[in-house]
Amino acid sequence: MAEMRYSQALNQALRDSMQQDPSVILLGEDIGAAGGSFKISRGLLEEFGAERVRDTPISEATIASLAVGAAMTGCRPVLEIMFMDFTTLAMDALVNQAAKARFMFGGRCSVPMVLRTPHGGGLSAGPQHSQCLEAWLAHVPGLKVVCPSEPGDAYALLRAAIADPDPVVFVEHKALYGRKGEVDTGVAVPIGKARIARPGRDATIVTYGATVHPSLEAAATLAAEGVEVEVVDLRTLQPWDEEAVFASVARTHRAVVVHEAVRAFGAGAEIAARIGEDAFDELDAPVVRVGAPFMPVPFAKSLEREYMVEAAKIVAAVRRTLA
Amino acid sequence: MPDAQALLALYRTMVLIRTVESSLIRLFADSEVPGFIHLSIGQEAIAAGVMSALDERDSIATTHRGHGHVIARGIDLDRFFCEVMGKAGGICGGRGGSMHVADMDLGILGANGIVGAGIPIALGSALGHAVRRTGGVAVAFFGDGAMAEGVLHETMNLAALWRMPLLLVCENNGWSEFSATRGQFAGRLDGLAAAFGITHRSIDGNDVEAVAEAAAGAVAQLRAGDGPVVLECRTHRVRGHYEGDPQKYRSQEELDAGERDDPLARCVLRLRELGIAQAAIDAAAADASEAVTAAIERGRGDAQPRFADALVDVYTGGSAARQPAGAGS
Repeated sequence: MAEMRYSQALNQALRDSMQQDPSVILLGEDIGAAGGSFKISRGLLEEFGAERVRDTPISEATIASLAVGAAMTGCRPVLEIMFMDFTTLAMDALVNQAAKARFMFGGRCSVPMVLRTPHGGGLSAGPQHSQCLEAWLAHVPGLKVVCPSEPGDAYALLRAAIADPDPVVFVEHKALYGRKGEVDTGVAVPIGKARIARPGRDATIVTYGATVHPSLEAAATLAAEGVEVEVVDLRTLQPWDEEAVFASVARTHRAVVVHEAVRAFGAGAEIAARIGEDAFDELDAPVVRVGAPFMPVPFAKSLEREYMVEAAKIVAAVRRTLA
Repeated sequence: MPDAQALLALYRTMVLIRTVESSLIRLFADSEVPGFIHLSIGQEAIAAGVMSALDERDSIATTHRGHGHVIARGIDLDRFFCEVMGKAGGICGGRGGSMHVADMDLGILGANGIVGAGIPIALGSALGHAVRRTGGVAVAFFGDGAMAEGVLHETMNLAALWRMPLLLVCENNGWSEFSATRGQFAGRLDGLAAAFGITHRSIDGNDVEAVAEAAAGAVAQLRAGDGPVVLECRTHRVRGHYEGDPQKYRSQEELDAGERDDPLARCVLRLRELGIAQAAIDAAAADASEAVTAAIERGRGDAQPRFADALVDVYTGGSAARQPAGAGS
């Protein structure tokens, strides 16, 4: 057990996976000598050499397909796409190639690749460096989508993603990179398992990634008023842990789904719909969603502050379910 | 130059491809093959010639017009027909069809429904060969329509930077689907290759001996670590973009020229020159016909794929393929 930053936990996971499995290779723009835009691969070029840690040109479409082909030829590539916004350029590789290969080729092939990418706003990075596009990818059969909120989960889930036989999109939040937490490298976390970030009996908040933290703040605020909110950190978005969510809703009878991504057609829409379909009898109030307004992520601090999900918005949403 | 027996072997491959695709014309017209099919009739020499230079270490990524490549690579003919007929015994379990035939055991990383998409996948496979030191090379087949795709340009850049064991085989038939490539692409493939310092060879793609020789030279260069190589094979697309395409956009003169330059007929003349008996040439065609007839019968007799079997292959082990209650049931 050691205290690490989220970014250090990811770095450690890459290192440990590379040490354990010689077929693991790293690909991405500026990941080698520069150590990555967010320094996630710092030191790995020196440790593992240029054969396995490959700086690529700025060719997102090709490097993503390169990962698919390498995965089909016995490697376990871990590709960094510098900002999630740039995965738009890699969509053919993800959606038409990686996601479908196993199914389309009769189950006789697997594509064990990981595409790591940071999403999220709050850093005045503007409309093309801040988006949360994970719902698009969670919508594609064949892809797995992981989005951890804490350094310990970041470590364990990146190890799990690299070991996974199927393509995994590993989404990191830029604002979490500096976050510190306990990392126990001996603890495995399977893809698809949620955790209860805070237990409670009066309402359930279902969330993932960075919005776990304002959700916990909201729960603390409400606790001061005697309202005990349970916070479920999904950790994995595809496949999401339906059992854990339904079990929590069965305890609390109220649900709020929170994410930073645009609310309309977001992951929360699916989760809310499923609660409505499969746990309707447990509900004492309509499911409420909290997410970004239907607009691009703005640049100016004042605009972005209003755009982002923060604890007060979550508190208000929980209160609506309690009204 | 291949010797007479080697050329006869190339002819056998070409005649098998031709026989398969000729049978597909009929099966498609009779609705025994559903969906879309894209035939490579007239382009068989490229598939046969290039594949003759490869061995079991190597991998290929092909295109929507990929029947010839997978047949030349040795795909199981029964399972090929089952696949294009949408049957359970298909090489892909009836999930992919003509445009997605693949066999990882033979290093066939798939035909592809997206123009140019196989090119960077082959690059990745070349990287896999290099990192794992398999000694293998990867081949990307693409048509001239893919010359306008950005991933080709990006792949050439990366393959050159990393000196990847990648053979880029362009089947240049002059057509980008329904449009003449000269109206679609302002550059030339040799110029593009030169821009990245990549060896480029332009050859008569309907001369199977020339293709085999050029491919053998290219593969030797790749195995020596001196890749990548571009092989541009000039050819003709005898049928339409897809089967059933009336090709109103092409002149009769051009279509006739394609028929006249038949790579199989040219190979037969050459075989006779080299002293191969007509009986041996006829036997190759008869063997192909027998194999294809038997494969079609197996395809006809095979069961329909089961939905439940398809569903479990979305993810490995079927573990994440659980479906929401009510979905698809």
